[in-house]
Amino acid sequence: MAENINYKELKAGGFMSQVQKGYGSLRLAVIGGNLDTKALKVVAEVADKYGNGYVHMTSRQGIEIPFINVNDLAEVKKELEKGGVSAGVCGPRVRTITACQGIKVCPSGCIDTYTLAKELNDRYFGRELPHKFKFGVTGCQNNCLKAEENDVGIKGGMTVTYKEDDCISCGVCIKACRENALKMVDDKVEIDRDLCTYCARCVKSCPTDAWEGEAGYIVSFGGTFGNKIHKAKEYLPIIRDKETLFKVTDAAIDYFEANANKSERFRATLERIGEEGLKEALNKAYQG
Amino acid sequence: MEFDESVDITDKVCPLTFVTAKVAIEELDEGQVLAVRMNDGEPVQNVPRSFKEDGHRILKLLDNEDGTYTLFVRKVE
Repeated sequence: MAENINYKELKAGGFMSQVQKGYGSLRLAVIGGNLDTKALKVVAEVADKYGNGYVHMTSRQGIEIPFINVNDLAEVKKELEKGGVSAGVCGPRVRTITACQGIKVCPSGCIDTYTLAKELNDRYFGRELPHKFKFGVTGCQNNCLKAEENDVGIKGGMTVTYKEDDCISCGVCIKACRENALKMVDDKVEIDRDLCTYCARCVKSCPTDAWEGEAGYIVSFGGTFGNKIHKAKEYLPIIRDKETLFKVTDAAIDYFEANANKSERFRATLERIGEEGLKEALNKAYQG
Repeated sequence: MEFDESVDITDKVCPLTFVTAKVAIEELDEGQVLAVRMNDGEPVQNVPRSFKEDGHRILKLLDNEDGTYTLFVRKVE
């Protein structure tokens, strides 16, 4: 039976072949690393009933249920759906959108990562492309979600403004800044904009809110962290609004679709044809 | 700067730096000032912000010019 299975099709549905013939590991759709308890319960039930009583946590916030018999797959998917859980994807398409907890939970966060992950998921998840394509969203420069290892990485940051009248010259921000961008001159703080990385540690640490932060998105392109390792690169200034952000992510993914050879990752395409074309497309999208 | 109590966390490592400082401020009454001596680096980058997140009022960070800093923080219940 297992010999007649179309594994390519199964892969599109998140089912990956295993060493054990006739069995596979079913990848589940997880967005931004969150799964509610209702979903967890049904996953546990299915893993007990059809799998080997455990799940595997993937490196990109996914959950896989190993040891699913391929003949049970339809039944397994049906049971999962009842609990609101659907299968994930493998193969040449947009993969799980990963995210850290972001500003809604984490004191360091600059942006609402989970909402953004859901929006990216609605916009792109499962889209067929020449090769796999990964999005990752991280809330701040601490980079817990490792933005630059993705084809498109989005990192929260803040453009900061100093409100002299509210400053009590306590000196906390000077030390909170890890880039040495701030210094105290005559009891007032001066910022070296060239050193600022938009980390917002001044905003977060200021006891009188004398630093005001305007949230934005720092986007990088062409990261991979598998067979080849490349850090994604930033080609644009910080983006201040979501509309522009989506124009830019649309431009990146469309550029990849139009220019990549089959089975070629984004970075490989850029190395083959150069970065200028992408930069041009991104700048056009950025400028509206 | 005047203060009511002081604590030295220069011999502590994270997360005990802030835990020790937090315990010290718990002992104070509302409005009293705690002086916290801490090391340069991670403690001075993070401890002031942790006090802010707990709702206390930071008054001043003093560079002792010996690789340590003293943070003055007013207790807010």
